[in-house]
Amino acid sequence: MTAVAGRQARTVAKRRWRLQGLAWTALALLAGLAVWTAVAWWYGSSLVASPAETLRAGIDLAKDGSLGESVLASSRRILLGWGLGVLVGGPVGVLMGRIPVIRRLLDPYIEFFRFIPPIAFVTVAIVWFGIGEMSKIVLIFYTSVFLVTVNTIAGVLAIEESKLRAAASLGASRWQILHAVVLPATVPYIVTGARLAMGNSFLTIVSAEIVAADTGIGAMIWQSRNYGRIDWIFLGIIVLGLLGFVFDRLIRVLAGRLLRRYGVKL
Amino acid sequence: MSGESSPTRDSGIVLDDVGIGFDGFQAVSGIDLEIAEGEFICLLGPSGCGKSTVLMALAGFVAPNHGDIWVGGRAVSAPSPDCGVVFQSSDALFDWLTVRQNVAFGPRMRGVAKGRQQEIVDEYLGLVGLRHAADKYPNQLSGGMRQRAQIARVLANEPRVVLMDEPFGALDAQTREVMQHELDRIWQAHRSTVLFVTHDIDEAILLADRVVVMTAGPDARVKSCYPVELPRPRDEGSAGFAELRRQLRADIGEEVQKSLRAQGIDPEGAAA
Repeated sequence: MTAVAGRQARTVAKRRWRLQGLAWTALALLAGLAVWTAVAWWYGSSLVASPAETLRAGIDLAKDGSLGESVLASSRRILLGWGLGVLVGGPVGVLMGRIPVIRRLLDPYIEFFRFIPPIAFVTVAIVWFGIGEMSKIVLIFYTSVFLVTVNTIAGVLAIEESKLRAAASLGASRWQILHAVVLPATVPYIVTGARLAMGNSFLTIVSAEIVAADTGIGAMIWQSRNYGRIDWIFLGIIVLGLLGFVFDRLIRVLAGRLLRRYGVKL
Repeated sequence: MSGESSPTRDSGIVLDDVGIGFDGFQAVSGIDLEIAEGEFICLLGPSGCGKSTVLMALAGFVAPNHGDIWVGGRAVSAPSPDCGVVFQSSDALFDWLTVRQNVAFGPRMRGVAKGRQQEIVDEYLGLVGLRHAADKYPNQLSGGMRQRAQIARVLANEPRVVLMDEPFGALDAQTREVMQHELDRIWQAHRSTVLFVTHDIDEAILLADRVVVMTAGPDARVKSCYPVELPRPRDEGSAGFAELRRQLRADIGEEVQKSLRAQGIDPEGAAA
């Protein structure tokens, strides 16, 4: 009886705490909107689009379909490039972490390229892969793959020696150890790398789309300049932020659900 | 022991003048030891004497720099399913697998059919008393249950010999006592060759057919062997137990003092 009562009290307390948290978040958002409105009013709508103007621009562009088109185009590029980056970076990291020769061979390149921002490659990417989708996807891939690789290597090096020894003495071959022990033990690190890579992908998509694209949020922001539509630029920025938030939430929820047994805590 | 006494036993262990060292540090040397098939040996010694190192060499995790190690008539050169290892730390369990999947790991790696895997797993989970926790993950288990899972995982792989590296060293005193009696029961039900490393004298007398005492390191050797002829299950309160405990304590005490002196601590002076 008392245990049940205690648990109920705890759930109630937890719910109250969550509601309180939400209230604070709402308050922060309202305060932000108020400041934004004040700044817009002070400088005028030619310099700063107000929240209301941005919302109106959003409704207009959503109605004529161009907003949805931009969001879809950017999302597609991000998901493809990022997904490839995770699919390649994970296994490469596992191999680099486990096989010293491969680590020696690839390490100089990883340590070199991970400091070169993708924007430095935008022009070459377009020359090499054309102005179509390929150049953007390659750039997103580029910005994702190193983060995932470096995180995965850290994960492989953090595996307890006793796990590897246990697997070997239970009869697992080198290959079996790689996919039955090293890979699953490294999953939390791969997920961390993937989340960081998602952030990088958003930084990169704008530079990729600004230089050569007729769709996408980056392109939308850039083209708005030509029309002098500050409200569209603001809309693009807000949409980027929201989209990034949604994607990160999706990774967290999906990874937390599907990969929980690998020790992924988000 | 000379080389021509070529070990032919099925599941016995032979260490022939084994030395193990790294980077100019010789942990153990001149280890001669024969363990008969089905014998339970406790390797006892002061901490840092290299008893775990001997076990790691038997498991094939480190290579000796002198002498030969034979398990079941085959020279040990790398980890193999012939030697199952129960580690002190339950980190050795795979956290992302349930207890059942952990225990099935060895058979799965060998490509044993699914149905047979289940039979094996059920048998050994029953043996260690973990059937009720089969579908839990290691982090949902207590320390004692995790070590039960490790033991089941090793036995399910049907190794020729079982190597145990202070498997109860990280458990609280009560759980440790329960696990010692459990291991005695399991071993009597499932006789296999066991090398059990410990620094706990009572644990050694409780479990072993023969207690092997090592000298203090570096350059540790086998100091003496004590056959334990008390009937199982053993009674810690019996006169025979007390007598053996006294002998072992004196024997190891000497080595502990030696190792303290080697570390620059004067045991008599410190006591005064």
